[in-house]
Amino acid sequence: MLREEDRVFTNLYGAGDWRLKGARSRGDWDNTKDLMAKGADWIIDEVKKSGLRGRGGAGFPTGLKWSFMPKEPDGRPHYLVVNADEGEPGTCKDRDVLRNEPHKLLEGCLLASLAMDAHLAYIYIRGEFHDEAERLEAAVEEAREAGLIGKDACGSGFEFDIRVHRGAGAYICGEETALLESLEGRKGMPRLKPPFPAGAGLYGCPTTVNNVESLAVVPDILRRGGSWFSALGRPNNAGTKIFCISGHVNDPCNVEEEMGIPLKELIEKHAGGVRGGWDKLLAVIPGGSSVPLIPKLVCDSVLMDFDSLVEVKSGLGTAAVIVMDKSTDIVAAIARLSKFYKHESCGQCTPCREGTGWMWRVMERLVTGDAGIKEIDLLLEVSHEIEGHTICALGDAAAWPVQGLIRHFRPELERRIEACKTAQAPAPAGTRAA
Amino acid sequence: MPKLTIDGVEVEVEPGITVLQACETAGVEIPRFCYHERLSIAGNCRMCLVEMEKSPKPVASCAMPVADGMVILTHSEMAVKARRGVMEFLLINHPLDCPICDQGGECDLQDQALFYGFDRTRFEEPKRSVEEKDFGPLIQTFMTRCIHCTRCVRFATEIAGVEELGLTGRGEDVEIDTYVEKALGSELSGNMIDLCPVGALTSKPYAFTARSWELGKTESVDALDAVGSAIRVDSRDGEVMRILPRLNEAVNEEWISDKTRFAYDGLRRQRLDRPYVRRDGKLEEASWDEAFAAIAGQLEDAPGQRIAAIAGDLADCESMLALKDLMAALGSANTDCRQDGARIEAGRRAGYIFNTTIAGIEQADACLLIGTNARFEAPLINARLRKRYLAGGFSVGFVGPEVDLTYRAERLGAGPKTLGEIAEGEHPFARVLDHASHPMLIIGQGALARPDGAQVLATARAIAEETGMIADGWNGFNVLHLAAARVGGLDIGFVPGEGGLDVAAILEAASSGGLDAVYLLGADEIDMAGLADTFVIYQGHNGDAGAEAADVILPGAAYTEKDATYVNTEGRVQYTRLAVFPPGEAREDWKIVRALSGVLGQTLAYDDIGALRARMAEVNRIFAAPDEAQPAEWGAFGTPGEMDPAPFAYPVENFYMTDPITRASVTMAKCTELARSVNKDKTGTDG
Repeated sequence: MLREEDRVFTNLYGAGDWRLKGARSRGDWDNTKDLMAKGADWIIDEVKKSGLRGRGGAGFPTGLKWSFMPKEPDGRPHYLVVNADEGEPGTCKDRDVLRNEPHKLLEGCLLASLAMDAHLAYIYIRGEFHDEAERLEAAVEEAREAGLIGKDACGSGFEFDIRVHRGAGAYICGEETALLESLEGRKGMPRLKPPFPAGAGLYGCPTTVNNVESLAVVPDILRRGGSWFSALGRPNNAGTKIFCISGHVNDPCNVEEEMGIPLKELIEKHAGGVRGGWDKLLAVIPGGSSVPLIPKLVCDSVLMDFDSLVEVKSGLGTAAVIVMDKSTDIVAAIARLSKFYKHESCGQCTPCREGTGWMWRVMERLVTGDAGIKEIDLLLEVSHEIEGHTICALGDAAAWPVQGLIRHFRPELERRIEACKTAQAPAPAGTRAA
Repeated sequence: MPKLTIDGVEVEVEPGITVLQACETAGVEIPRFCYHERLSIAGNCRMCLVEMEKSPKPVASCAMPVADGMVILTHSEMAVKARRGVMEFLLINHPLDCPICDQGGECDLQDQALFYGFDRTRFEEPKRSVEEKDFGPLIQTFMTRCIHCTRCVRFATEIAGVEELGLTGRGEDVEIDTYVEKALGSELSGNMIDLCPVGALTSKPYAFTARSWELGKTESVDALDAVGSAIRVDSRDGEVMRILPRLNEAVNEEWISDKTRFAYDGLRRQRLDRPYVRRDGKLEEASWDEAFAAIAGQLEDAPGQRIAAIAGDLADCESMLALKDLMAALGSANTDCRQDGARIEAGRRAGYIFNTTIAGIEQADACLLIGTNARFEAPLINARLRKRYLAGGFSVGFVGPEVDLTYRAERLGAGPKTLGEIAEGEHPFARVLDHASHPMLIIGQGALARPDGAQVLATARAIAEETGMIADGWNGFNVLHLAAARVGGLDIGFVPGEGGLDVAAILEAASSGGLDAVYLLGADEIDMAGLADTFVIYQGHNGDAGAEAADVILPGAAYTEKDATYVNTEGRVQYTRLAVFPPGEAREDWKIVRALSGVLGQTLAYDDIGALRARMAEVNRIFAAPDEAQPAEWGAFGTPGEMDPAPFAYPVENFYMTDPITRASVTMAKCTELARSVNKDKTGTDG
């Protein structure tokens, strides 16, 4: 369990002042100039040492990502782009950071930008986050006025500015290259990789895209040292993480915890336990809507970190824990997710464009059981035909929930099909309606 | 050079190419729908997936750059399974209406389905249907068939330079659409039909008229502008059913203009399919003998200087030479092929051809356009200029009325005044040309077909010489012609001989009774009023202005109906081939002249096309080297002198109708109407 002194997001619930004054009282922007003076290599090294893995879902080591930026200047500007387009169903961690800890993010932006020699950062914020965007803009203005960013950021001589850009409501724009397209003013469609953004990103210039939470923990890592962060959690799954617990729990919440906390402990300690007790649990989607669900049996013992969840064929994703108790129509729940992915597919790659709609339609019929037994296998095959065959990961994200459902709830699907068949069967010969 | 292993075979390839291209060099063909060599890479169809060692997922070979030590498997279980999946997805919402689809038989989806498709569907949901779009009179849409490869979108945006098409909507609801419903405003739009890998975009005029496998295919060249695009004429039962581009990297790459592609219905309408003789003021059908007799009667006592011949824009070199020889035999030097009155001389070849060559445009780094709207006059040359522009570092300036060339071009001025300033080095653009390492200029007929054309030409020559356009291995001086016949006519010397009359003089002499007969070889673009009192012989294939003014009509063959020589604006000698026979009594043009020469007692010395072509090579040795753009020697041309300050005007107002064939075409009439209505609706605030 996370010790109070190790907590990074001390104002996650907005009990204190979100403005600069409040942020400073919590230690943000404290002697940032000194951290900057230690130089880019030191920053990247510390972040590497901390073992921080990207908090946006894929879990790519942040320090390593930063080190991909070109070291020798070639005349092109470098950019930092902050992915604040938080749209993964079940996920609301970045929202609270933006609301209550915006200065942590801004300070993180400055330090990351210094490390990558970027003099401009764009924060691409989800359009629906109206109030959050206003707070963020106000925070940027405060930082600018206080000289923390601007021509001479924190008095270090480093020129740095931040622009806030609002999205227009497309889930796909949270994919890093689609986000860049959208930022450039085009339709949000993921780009082919390679080239990776570090080589040719925003406006063709070297760019790094980071999640809000990843950047917001950077100032603390640099102040307390990479080894402090890496000592938290488990090896290769270091640090603290904001978990978003929603669904059938008594007390849905966002909570910062150590990585590797057992799922059961997380739910019981922070979310008041499953509605009606742990035994009422049916399944959990542990990392936002795109990861496969895990049934109660697995939930009993699984640890909440990247590697442990991969071992049980799921993933940490954004650490959005969606809890479903036994009252849940699990098939309908997954069918709803299929509908979501069908609706949010950008439509460029064939498998995702055609496959997500197909899966959704079969899923809808499986909800009522109006399908053949063979269609379960068909659905599984279709999901495999999509998975890994598309430009971005939306295809995978659409396939995994369905695969998780079939993996763990096949008997339920078969039961519904049988029940439907029985209900539709013609009355046996010799009987007559009254 | 990176080495990679493709299906167990090690190959060494050029750095910077993609895995798909590397596979092609290794002889492995990768199926693809969205990938096209000349368009940007979209990587969205996912058909070209291959297995790459160390990659857990198959990779899109069209988008993956080669790297040393890559191990690629193109037909592994993973690759084939992925492609099967993609094919299944492509087919679930595809209507499978191949029997009534014009793409049937030449459809990429059909072909690939043979290798990667299942023979039955597992998709039991309702298929998607998509509303048709109105892309104008040339392109028929069947959007339900669309597989969203976006080739058309990329073509419109990149090659044609009109950002009018896009992918709207999202997910399974994406549609290819013009953002605002309207016809496509490009002269190259027909190429989207070829690019479309399925039957979503098909040719509207060709719709449901033929199946691809029942067509005879003849490789030929286009004669409707001076570019000489390589075409394939597809015919059935003696009729041209459609015209498609052929690959010629030096000229048209693989594109053709909409006029080249769609004007073929003009070959069937208003055709002159038998000789006519005017009796009592009315044209009456006649036999060849009667027609020749009528001509012989008129020319019997006419002295040579009282007869004249004008060659039109579609005339081939064989018939022009035969007619020139006949006129010489009759003692006439009154021959001219410049019916627009362009002040170009036949003597100095460098002074009337496109010296840089079309492909050479790609080496240029600055360009001055003089009195030419290349977009209407030669869309493919304009496309090449755009291609060069997109590559970067290419400044374009133009002298003439305001015009949208599809790329950024600076308007320097309206006419000769600006040109003079550039020649004097007083204009800022003169410095741009000076600083360029390969500057070029293109002078159009809008600057030459005017009384001071020779002076304008001399000024252009001065600019070329003073800004370093003429150098070792580089000639940046270019004349852009409009007519397929023009360069050939000049090469043959179909211009006034010693003391002969040019077009203007012929018309003037005719109207004042100074001529007994005028022979029009497909000449329709002159003022026929001047010929009202003169005996007019019209030889041609479409009933147009010339035929109306004629006293005798000799029915000739169109460019699809004869083996003939045309020289394009670069000076490239090319042959058309007979795809269908001329209709009715009509004959190949040089044969008509040859037959007439016999009746007139001046029998020409060649009996077959071989002998005639030998004579052509004798007259000008460039005819001995077909398909090549031969460098021409630089020298003096033009007449230095005072230029008229009147601004230049572009000669082609309506791209779709420029000659008797296109004026007879219903398709071109529809395009004209549409273009006019679009222009009329403009309020000045919608641009």
